[in-house]
Amino acid sequence: MSKPDTLNELAEHIAQALDEDVREWRVTHGELTVLIHRDRIVKVLTFLRDDAACRFTSLIDICGVDWPSRTERFDVVYHLLSMHHNQRIRVTLQTDEDTPVPSTVEVFPASNWFEREAFDMYGVLFDSHPDLRRILTDYGFHGHPLRKDFPLTGFTEVRYDEAEKRVVYQPVSLVQEYRDFDFLSPWEGAKYVLPGDEKAEGKA
Amino acid sequence: MAETDIRNFTINFGPVHPAAHGVLRLVLELDGEVVERVDPHIGLLHRGTEKLLEHKTYLQGIGYFDRLDYVAPMNQEHAFCMAIERLAGIPVPRRGQYVRVLYSEIGRILNHLLNVTTQAMDVGALTPPLWGFEEREKLMVFYERASGARLHAHFFRPGGVHQDLPQELIDDISAWCDAFPKAIADMHTLLTENRIFKQRNVDIAVVSREDALAWGFSGVMVRGSGMAWDLRRSQPYEVYDELDFKVPVGKNGDNYDRYLIRMDEMLESAKIMKQCCEWLSKAENQGEVLPTDTKFAPPRRAEMKRSMEALIHHFKLYTEGVHVPEGECYAAVEAPKGEFGVYLVADGTNKPYRLKIRAPGFAHLQAMDHLNKGHMLADVSAILGSLDIVFGEVDR
Repeated sequence: MSKPDTLNELAEHIAQALDEDVREWRVTHGELTVLIHRDRIVKVLTFLRDDAACRFTSLIDICGVDWPSRTERFDVVYHLLSMHHNQRIRVTLQTDEDTPVPSTVEVFPASNWFEREAFDMYGVLFDSHPDLRRILTDYGFHGHPLRKDFPLTGFTEVRYDEAEKRVVYQPVSLVQEYRDFDFLSPWEGAKYVLPGDEKAEGKA
Repeated sequence: MAETDIRNFTINFGPVHPAAHGVLRLVLELDGEVVERVDPHIGLLHRGTEKLLEHKTYLQGIGYFDRLDYVAPMNQEHAFCMAIERLAGIPVPRRGQYVRVLYSEIGRILNHLLNVTTQAMDVGALTPPLWGFEEREKLMVFYERASGARLHAHFFRPGGVHQDLPQELIDDISAWCDAFPKAIADMHTLLTENRIFKQRNVDIAVVSREDALAWGFSGVMVRGSGMAWDLRRSQPYEVYDELDFKVPVGKNGDNYDRYLIRMDEMLESAKIMKQCCEWLSKAENQGEVLPTDTKFAPPRRAEMKRSMEALIHHFKLYTEGVHVPEGECYAAVEAPKGEFGVYLVADGTNKPYRLKIRAPGFAHLQAMDHLNKGHMLADVSAILGSLDIVFGEVDR
């Protein structure tokens, strides 16, 4: 793992060169995270790939993170690796359901499937992506399964229909209600009200 | 007939095809016998691992990692445990680290044995898988003797491994390491100078350095192209920096070089295992494989019989589970197929808020179109085999 001071130097170099594009940066757990403006991603990744002090020539991963309480609910996270300098970097930007993110397929061909996956799982749109189809879910699937408001059981289930001689979709019917056990200790953040507690608050 | 209607031929390869190594549908566009375009349709084994992990405590989640790349299960668990350890700051005792390295290398040999031999089968050789699987079987017995399961081990824990190894097991692994180079030598006699095997693999799917970088390759796929990049060496984790091993590197970046690298890596892995066995056998290195003084590792059975506190910790750990402090981190290991990474976003509760699994096979498979263009139809399965794809991790 790289030393924090080299990471700080690198971060300052990037922040200086991309002054208008970088919103903020931080080093946590020995990893550098750079938050950027959404529409600058192509410029930032191109710079990170070509700059002599960066040379992040490998795109490791692109993924989404869903924060439903925010107005721009999605984080799109890019992980890059520099084999030349043995360094890693994480680039983050924010978007919502309707605003597309510029596609980076031109910069890294490897982006193609990762962006398709983020689109499939979260519904993040990528502008000028050559082939933005679903990738992991079934043909004709509806919805974006990794969103926090998508239930774990999904909405549809499949079975083989003897009469129609094919696999058919039907709404999920659970034999018993889905149980999601909350094992969080009531002293450390459980959100429900313990029986009797409402009286104590009423008094105060 | 002056105007002949010539058009390309489109065929389906899979979804169920013995050379697809799982469930993969390739839509191939052919001009005669030459491949013009490959469109892989994946996701037929998609099980929603990432979604499921958001609903399971950290300890329950470990089991899902065995089921990603089911050929080398413990290497995946390793990345997940390392992510948790880094966020929560859990120390790993040295003995635990050595046991982890030992079993990671067993996983590497398990994977390479399967890949090399089944790739040979894809190009027409039947004997290598039979010979290779004999050795795999012995290794899976070692898995079983340590964890109780031949495949889905669930053996690594945040902070170390679940159980210490009995000395007889270490002795048996050590004896196996001595005998293994003979098995590899036998395999070399079957394949390395075999005329058909070379005709099918030399100069097929040549990956240049630039391609390897642009397509996000890792592991054998970059080493085949002449880059000495191995996370065990360049970003050492656990005790790899204390062990003596070589990183085999290829020259031409074709299928054949990748085959040779895998063969050499197996010998190097056996060398690492031998060193681990020697270290673990020494009297001064006996001790714990899990941290004793934290709230992250379960207490030992014997202690629970006497100590009230231990019993409470045990109960809390197996119901509520470990709390991981808020934050994000990316932990990667050199899995047999390449860089296997886990991007963990924790929100301070006992379940991951978001967990992204970065599977090496996903990046490799998406270059199929690029690699196959201009090759013959018969090369498709040889190239697919050489990419080392397992659909458990590609589809997640």
